[in-house]
Order: sequence, then C-alpha cells, then structure tokens
Amino acid sequence: MLKDYMLIDKIPVPIEGEKNILALVQKAGIDMPTFCYYSELSVYGACRMCMVEDDRGNMHAACSTPPKAGMSVVTNSARLRKYRKNILELLLANHCRDCTTCEKSENCRLKELARRFYIEDVRFPNGKTEPERDESSVCISIDHSKCILCGDCVRMCNEVQNVGAISFVGRGSKMEVGTAFKVPIANTQCVGCGQCSAVCPTGAIVVQKNVTRTWEAIYDPNTVVVAQIAPAVRTGVAKELGEENGVIAAGKIFAAMRRMGFNHVYDTTTGADLTVTEEAEEFVERLKEGGPFPMFTSCCPAWIRYAENRHPELLPNISTCRSPMQMFGSVIKEYFEHNEKTAGKRIFSVAVMPCTAKKYEAIRPEFRRPDGTDTIDAIITTQELIQMIREAGIDFKGIAPESSSMPFGGTSGAGVIFGVTGGVTEAVLRNVEPDKTYSALQQIAMSGVRGLEGVKETTYQVGDQELKIAMVSGLGNAEKLIRRVQSGEAFYHLIEVMACPRGCIAGAGQPFAHSAEKAQRAKNLYTTDNMTQIKRSEANPAIDEIYAKYIGRRAHSLLHVHYKAKKK
Amino acid sequence: MNVKEMYRRIDGYLDTYGREEKSLITVLQAIQEEYSYLPKEIFPYLAKEMNLHEAQIYGVATFYENFSLEAKGKYVIKVCDGTACHVRKSAPILERLRNELGLSASKITTDDLMFTVQTVACLGACGLAPAMTVNNKVYASMTPEKAMDLLKQLREEA
Repeated sequence: MLKDYMLIDKIPVPIEGEKNILALVQKAGIDMPTFCYYSELSVYGACRMCMVEDDRGNMHAACSTPPKAGMSVVTNSARLRKYRKNILELLLANHCRDCTTCEKSENCRLKELARRFYIEDVRFPNGKTEPERDESSVCISIDHSKCILCGDCVRMCNEVQNVGAISFVGRGSKMEVGTAFKVPIANTQCVGCGQCSAVCPTGAIVVQKNVTRTWEAIYDPNTVVVAQIAPAVRTGVAKELGEENGVIAAGKIFAAMRRMGFNHVYDTTTGADLTVTEEAEEFVERLKEGGPFPMFTSCCPAWIRYAENRHPELLPNISTCRSPMQMFGSVIKEYFEHNEKTAGKRIFSVAVMPCTAKKYEAIRPEFRRPDGTDTIDAIITTQELIQMIREAGIDFKGIAPESSSMPFGGTSGAGVIFGVTGGVTEAVLRNVEPDKTYSALQQIAMSGVRGLEGVKETTYQVGDQELKIAMVSGLGNAEKLIRRVQSGEAFYHLIEVMACPRGCIAGAGQPFAHSAEKAQRAKNLYTTDNMTQIKRSEANPAIDEIYAKYIGRRAHSLLHVHYKAKKK
Repeated sequence: MNVKEMYRRIDGYLDTYGREEKSLITVLQAIQEEYSYLPKEIFPYLAKEMNLHEAQIYGVATFYENFSLEAKGKYVIKVCDGTACHVRKSAPILERLRNELGLSASKITTDDLMFTVQTVACLGACGLAPAMTVNNKVYASMTPEKAMDLLKQLREEA
C-alpha cells in the first residue's frame, strides 16, 4: 500500500501516525524552535514559534495542526523568520536580561533561541518588572519576572503530576503563573517534585541551592563532611561534564568529590540495600498477617507528601521504611559521632540526589535526631554537584575513577536499580524469592518489572502465593491507580510509586534530558547491576556489618518512620 | 457566613449542573448570583467535589471580569458607560459617586460593605441614557445631583 506523505521543505516525509506536523518536521531533521511544546504534555500552541507556511501562504502552528497527506509546508521563509524574530523581540522586551547572573543562563531556551535567530537589538523599551520571587519552598524558587507564560509548568503540575499547585491566574497583561489566592507556593499542595523547574525554558522556576552551605562545611577545619550519592546521580553527570552520554560516572564522582574536600564519600546504594532488607521483611510480615494491602513503597519523598495532602487514609499502607538516604544518613551520623577519629568534630552529612523533594524530606521533623540536628544536613542535586565540580575546575574527563570510602563500601546490584521505575520492586523480589540462582534473577527481570512505562502491572509467584504488584511513576498515574484500588476494581499486594515519570533517573535535580537520554540512564543502571557481583541486598556484606556493629537492636528507631496525617 | 449552609447550597448547584469540569463556570455563576461574589471558602470545597485543583478554579475566577472575589456592598450600583450613556455624560455621575463614597476603579466597595460602585459596558437601556442600576433596579436619565439624592435616600433606608 502506498504511504501517505507530506512535503516538508519540499522533502517527502511519510506520515506514520504522527499527531502533529511538528513531529513530522522533527522527523525531517529540522530542529523546530519551540517554548511550549513537550511531547509528554498536552498541546498548548501558545508560543507560535513553530509556525510553518503552506504553499498557499497560510500559516499553521506545527504543534497543533494534524498532518495531512499531500500537504506541503516550509519551515523557513522570509515571513516565518520575521515573525519568529518578532516574537522573540517581544518576549525579550519585558524579560530580565541579566543573563550573567541568571542560574539558567547556560540552559535558557529563551537565550538560546534569541542567539539562534540572531536578535541583535530589541526595538522596544525594556519593560521588565522587578524580580518578584517566591522563596517559600525549600525545593523550588519562583521568579515571576522571568516567566514567559508558556504554561509548561502548569501543564506538568496539573496533567502529569495531578498536584495542581499552580495555574494561570488573571488575564491579559496581568496574567501570571500563580497559586490559588497567590499564597506562597510552600502553603499549597506542592509536593516539591520540581518537575515544573525541569520543563521551565527560562529561569522563572529553578531549584533551591545548597551549594554555599556545602562549601562552607568543606572549608571548615572542624567539620567532617560525609557525602552519599544516589544511584541515579552517576547516570546524570557525564554528558554535562564532557563525557559520552553512556558513561557511568560513579568512580569519577567519588574521585572528584574527594578532590573537592569531601572527607568521606559513600554510595546511597548501600542505603538502598538496607531499605530492601527492611522493606522485604515488612512485606513478608504483612503477607503473613494478611495486610494491610496494598503496601506502598516509601522511598520517594514527593509521593509521601502527595499522600499526606491527598490521601491521608493511605498513610497506614505506606511502608514504614525510611528512604535509602535517610537510613544511610542515620547510620552515617551514628558511626561518625561514635568514632574516636572524628570525636569532637562537627559531622556534616551531605546527600547528592537527583531529586528536589529530598530537600524537604531532609528538614522534616520526623528525621530530627534527639540532639536537635537533622539526619541529613544538606541536599545537593546532580546539577549542583556538576556546578561544584566546574567551580573547583576539576577535569572530569581526565580524572581517574576511585572507589567509595570504607567502612560502608559494599553495594549490590539490587540497590543501584532503585533509581529507575520498577527497580525497588525488582530488588524486593530478589529478596523474597527463595530461589537464589542466576535463572531466578533472570526470571524476575523478565517478569514485567522493567521498562519505562508510567504504569506496569505484574504477578509473581513466590511459593504458593501469587503476588500482585503495580509500579507507577508520575503522580497522575499514581492517582489513577489509587482510584482503581479504592473502588475495588483492582487489588495489589505491593505498589511502587515514584513521583517523577520514569523514576529518579529523570528527577528534577538531574540535568535536562530528552526521552532517549533518559532511556540511556535507565540502561546504565541495569548495566551497573550486571557488572556488580553481588545481586541481592541481603547478600551485601556491608549490610551485615552495619546491622552487627552500628545498628544492633535499634533498627526500628533508626531505620523506620511513621508519617502521621497532618491536622488541617 | 454559615459555611455549612453555603456548602449545602453548592451541593444543590452541583446536583443541578453536574460535577464535570465543563460545569464549573455555570456553578460559579450560580454561587455569585447567590452571594454577589465568590467567597474564599468555596474554592477548596469545589475542588474536592468537582475533582479539580484549587488553583485551576482560581484561574477561571480571575480570568473572567464578571467574577468577583471580594464581598460586595448591600447596594450594588452599576453606572452604565456604554456609548449612549457616555455621550450623555455618565462619567461625571460615576466620578461624583466615587468621590462621595471614597471609591475608585480599584476599590469598588465601601469599608462598611454598604455600597459597591461599578461600571458596565451597556445595560441595554440606551433610550433612558444616562442610566444606572441599584441592585438591578433601573434609574433613568441620571445626573450627578440625582445620583446624590438617590444615595441619600438609600442611606436613610438602610
């Protein structure tokens, strides 16, 4: 059968189920300028940068026009160029142009397109408004004066995450992205997932930084700085620091951090192994006791906050396990505070995370220690780590990889795959499956736990029990699943929830990436798992040592947490 | 304001107009009809009942000029500033009313919640220009002086 074709710049391009002309244009090898188009979000058609001209001289927004067989459009013409330049000039006319001090400077879409279209001068007077910042959240910071009203954040927050903390408020020239009654973002349903900042094309929504506090701790001779890096971080740094996209950079990160002055560097994977051990035990216990089901995973702080805001009735269903970061954080503080080498010094515990919501988790009262200090003193995101490595001037490409510090040096493959959706489930299954052979591992991997889909369901047979399991990423997907469970339509023993679509590898603390790059990050974690001799968390000797030497009988108080419904 | 009573009334509107997203504007209009503005308390309640987000509803309420988020006065005075009324000098009437009551384009309601002064584009009573309404009752062929007399009368009534 003859395929349907469209002519893009006179080149025939087959129509293969694309929903809009923009997808065809991209297929033709043209990088279309856009501000408001993301394939994961609904089509908005606001920025008008992706206009194309047909052979009758009519203009169409490529993102919101379906392809038609036989249609012929050009993506570049005198008119289109003039219009695009005009749009950019108008956007720049009331935009802050202090690019040297803007933290989005290097990744600013507005700046990029302004350079690409060679805007030399803006004919209109600069009507930029004074910075109008909302610094109420510890996760994100909002500056309305840098907003171009593309609506990406609004659609992310509403459509993908179902959080709905922000919306367009007001009308016309007074319109802005805001909260209900313009209250500070911290007082809304915001869960701190930061996905709004991940899609923001300018510096209007950015992640809050802890870089300065971390440097200060490093510079202080009386402070011992102990760091842990999350599984997903090793897949996120390489490209930004000049490496190939596929490089797994854990060893280089350890080496670079030591050079920067971190005293001890550990791998949160060890914490994940603790979590798997505790969570599997809790899961087996619930299977024996007959519930409560479903048991929800507890490692994602944005999910915890979402449940507190929207589904306080589900809090008893959430595993009491602390997140890997918090478990490991407890062990780190316990160890160094009772170690004679570090006696009398301040212990500053830093966690390098792909996540912005961790910044809120770190200051939660539940994790305050008896002496009033927090278990984790500072969270720096992958992006902040990259910034610190650049600031220190370290040649990341040339640095020789090193291992993590001792004593908590061992990691397992089960722990490292925590960074991708389905990973926690796979790690728990490896633990509860009595068959510890290689073929059993393969069977678990093939059981439907892998893949980057937003919702995965599977069943797994352990002994005479058939376990029903669901894995969701993206809070909107979680909400849909919860409704099915609450209406009795579906039943699961275990539900793994990750707030960010695809899991931590695509967390808002990671550098910006397109879907192919995110898939590569997931692949990198599975490769790391393949390359690790120890596959199961409970087989990690470091875990035995932690239990025997540092935790003893205090496992419950150090490794578990009970979230309680907030009074409204 | 009795919040429970308000929620009961809103339930009534929701039963009549439906709980789908598309009914939002109709429901908001019904609430405004009842209370002359959109009380803050309705937002979380509607969000829950209609399965929307508070910010979303706030976005709709601030988009349309007709929705008000502030309580209105006991007497809502609408001065017509449509073409016919404008050329027959509605502006001095509006100015006089605002001066007398200490109001402006941004502050439209007196602190004692007695009077609200608004302009409307056209009341559809061009033959009576310049016209104004007080709580939907039409007053024809107004002058600033007549408006003052009317204000005096309303104050005595209250």
